[in-house]
Amino acid sequence: MYTPHTERDIAQMLAAIGVPSLEKLVEVPDAVRLREKLDVVPALPEFGIVKRFEHFAKKNTGASCISFLGAGAYRHYAPPAIAALAMRGEFLTAYTPYQAEVSQGYLQAIYEWQTYICLLTGLDIANASVYDGATALAEAAIMALNANGRKKVLVSRAIHPNYRAVLKTYCDGLEVEIDELPVAKDGTTDLSDLAARLASKQYACVAIQSPNFFGNVDTPGNAAQAAIKQSGTVLIGVVAEAISLAALQTPASWGADIAAGEAQSFGVALAYGGPYAGFIASSKDHMRRIPGRLVGKTLDVHGNEAFVLTLQAREQHIRRERATSNICTNQAHCALIATIYLALMGKTGLRDVCSANLARSRELATRVSSLEGCTLQFDAPFFNEIVVNVHRPAREVLAKLQQRGVLGGIDLGRYYPEYSDCILMAATELTSSADIETLCSALEGIVNVQSFDKAQDDKISV
Amino acid sequence: MTRLASDHTASPLIFELGQDGRANRYIDEGGPLTDFLPKDALRADLPLPDNTELDVVRHFTRLSQRTFGIDVGFYPLGSCTMKYNPRVNDAVASLPGMRDLHPYAPDELAQGALQVMYELERTFCSLFGMAAFSLNPSAGAHAELAALLIAKAYFKDRGQMHRDKVIVPDTAHGTNPASASMCGFKVISLKSDERGRVSVEELKKVLGDDTAVCMMTNPNTLGLFEDHIQEITKAVHDVGGLMYYDGANANALMGNARPGDMGFDLMHLNTHKTFTIPHGGGGAGHGPVGVAAHLVEFLPTPYVRARKKPDADAGASPSDQMEFHLDFDLPKSIGPMRSFWCNFAHAVRALAYIYANGAEGLTKVSQLAVLNANYIRVKVGEFLETPYDEICRHEFVASAQDLKKETGVRALDIAKALLDRGFMAPTMYFPLIVPECLMIEPTETESKETLDTFIAALREIVDTAKSDPESILAAPQNTVVGRLDETRAARQPDLRWYPA
Repeated sequence: MYTPHTERDIAQMLAAIGVPSLEKLVEVPDAVRLREKLDVVPALPEFGIVKRFEHFAKKNTGASCISFLGAGAYRHYAPPAIAALAMRGEFLTAYTPYQAEVSQGYLQAIYEWQTYICLLTGLDIANASVYDGATALAEAAIMALNANGRKKVLVSRAIHPNYRAVLKTYCDGLEVEIDELPVAKDGTTDLSDLAARLASKQYACVAIQSPNFFGNVDTPGNAAQAAIKQSGTVLIGVVAEAISLAALQTPASWGADIAAGEAQSFGVALAYGGPYAGFIASSKDHMRRIPGRLVGKTLDVHGNEAFVLTLQAREQHIRRERATSNICTNQAHCALIATIYLALMGKTGLRDVCSANLARSRELATRVSSLEGCTLQFDAPFFNEIVVNVHRPAREVLAKLQQRGVLGGIDLGRYYPEYSDCILMAATELTSSADIETLCSALEGIVNVQSFDKAQDDKISV
Repeated sequence: MTRLASDHTASPLIFELGQDGRANRYIDEGGPLTDFLPKDALRADLPLPDNTELDVVRHFTRLSQRTFGIDVGFYPLGSCTMKYNPRVNDAVASLPGMRDLHPYAPDELAQGALQVMYELERTFCSLFGMAAFSLNPSAGAHAELAALLIAKAYFKDRGQMHRDKVIVPDTAHGTNPASASMCGFKVISLKSDERGRVSVEELKKVLGDDTAVCMMTNPNTLGLFEDHIQEITKAVHDVGGLMYYDGANANALMGNARPGDMGFDLMHLNTHKTFTIPHGGGGAGHGPVGVAAHLVEFLPTPYVRARKKPDADAGASPSDQMEFHLDFDLPKSIGPMRSFWCNFAHAVRALAYIYANGAEGLTKVSQLAVLNANYIRVKVGEFLETPYDEICRHEFVASAQDLKKETGVRALDIAKALLDRGFMAPTMYFPLIVPECLMIEPTETESKETLDTFIAALREIVDTAKSDPESILAAPQNTVVGRLDETRAARQPDLRWYPA
């Protein structure tokens, strides 16, 4: 129970309060009294808890498979120094740093996070984090809606399907319509009729992800950027694989007014989907519309430089129903982990991670596409993910790979019916040549045997 | 004196520490980037510092030493439930089988994770009297948003789109009206009565066929139990509205009373308050949203489904006889609230905490939380005004209004003087209806000795305010910096470092 009360304490405290019993203290009107026996898991000693959760963990056999899963959650190397620092109790058990005088350390760490996000995205300001990549996109869209008062948003269909789904959840609440830009043959966003669509000035924003959901570098060219600017539309650059920010052109350099993304790749554990950390960065123009906490540098009464939460007039606890967002809790601890990761890696380490990801994913692409029955679906430049067409239902191929202990990737048919023969595969610096060989030899057996089966099936159906 | 920066002295920004050529070698590089991508796709420079691991370790260690957490001392922060965060929770969340599981791992290979989610959901349903919970939302405010979207979807489904009013008492958390706005609802603020409760009469005046939801927390933010709750929920239901329970204060009644039994249709929990998830300096949180039977089909996706295994061992625990899968196919769902299924590592922590307590333990937890709050309330009432002088629940409010008139010392000054004495400050100036408000929530994990020391410190501050107010107005003196110039921070925003 983690409670320190002795019987004597309880008796003394009840006497001071003037109430005969604990039950009396928490009494509620009879009509709403608890009548049911509670159905709660049994109490265990700490040793029993550890055993119980080891039992659960053992059933998560997927955690130790050879894996090519990515799609917005990536396996990267996290130096042990991160956990040693981030798990210090002062950080772990702090509340939001409202009392700046006793929270200088955490405030400085958030200021450093904000700076890292600005330097990585090329934008002017960044907030203290939001829940994750998907909610970052939704909050960025709200910033745009508030900026120009328009009532529709335009998003690339090559944005992570989960991000688009969350955007829809938010937009349903706001009664805002979403239109989509199609995917071109090369696996990037089809911007051919963008200028025409934007000319009506009905869209608050256009959102494009790079690298996109298929792993491809997907940035608007000069003409598209000009059309976006001319129509007064806010360009949101979405980033689901944050490592790419250290190698690719920054969202600011391809014209993004707002960058919205996911920082999980910066040392945050996969943990079956969370917690992760979303980030939002923007140009100065949007400073008073950015949601969530912001840390600023100021002076204390003695003239010392110090940090404090600032521009709080945007926030729910001050402005209530007129706030820029309802966000209260952010993802400070995940942002701290990311900040420590970035500090440890530095410029050199991040470049190493990028080049290793590029090298491993190209080895994967070359090996897989050399197999009979496997082709690369797209030919655009990519970061660390590829789309492999197995010319068979991807779902079935993945199930067979799974039987051989390999998580081959994501069945794209799950989100794109037209790509139901395609698998989205990721390779990171943790993917070894041996992993790729295991995948390929398994895939070879499956795809070849299946091509044969398919030929037989075709004959029979004729 | 030449002194090595250590301990509580300020650390330069990480960007001011680095030197080129001090990189750590964590992985092997893969070759020049231009070998893999066209030059025009690559950024020209990356202006980040290279630091040795030792410098990074010292830097963040120093930052931690300049940060106050529950592990450092007593955190009487009202409405935030800053209780002890057991270390075993972190240990089990860090087991490789939990930590390294990818969200797209197939259901068959993630049975342990799904079992954790299932056990947690079932426990919440029983503890709070709801038909189902979704673990999807990321925090309390996020769950409020989910709940109001559920309400909106429910009314739309019933052809009642005209219901656009959300009623929020003036004692409510700021997130309540902000969440309502994000769903396009109009907010009606309801004035509390002289007892600090929702007045059934006043409520009835604003109820009508345009009422969508009434959002309440019980006990409310004054720490008072809304004793007319049954009449309130009935009045709202009579006009066809829904009742929403803000679970921020659930630590006050867990295992002793249930929102479901009070007539609430929707609720959320802050597992980072009630169920010992570390706050982490402002997140990550975790905000399960619970619903009564008529709202289950609108829950966010995905939802964990369980069925009995054909080969189940009858001797195993009930959940060990089940197999699980994630159900994304909920046609009336509001959709997902976040990228992936839930803040899973936090679900693990919350369930570990529940295992440490069982039903009986959780019931005792809230009783002792209420005991601690009342003990402080009675003692503090001897020297500070406690405007609602009756049995409170897990928290209570005191007011420095009289003290301010007498000495010029405000709630803010008391808070800063507490920092000097090694305590975190209480929540201040909230709820908004109490002038010079100090909102104090001790939680059940603090000992009587700690509470006695806190009470003595507060008494000393009030006494000093009367004899030597200047010394309180000058607080804090013992912290690493003094009071901050917040106006300067807002007028000349300096939100980042710039490279030279």
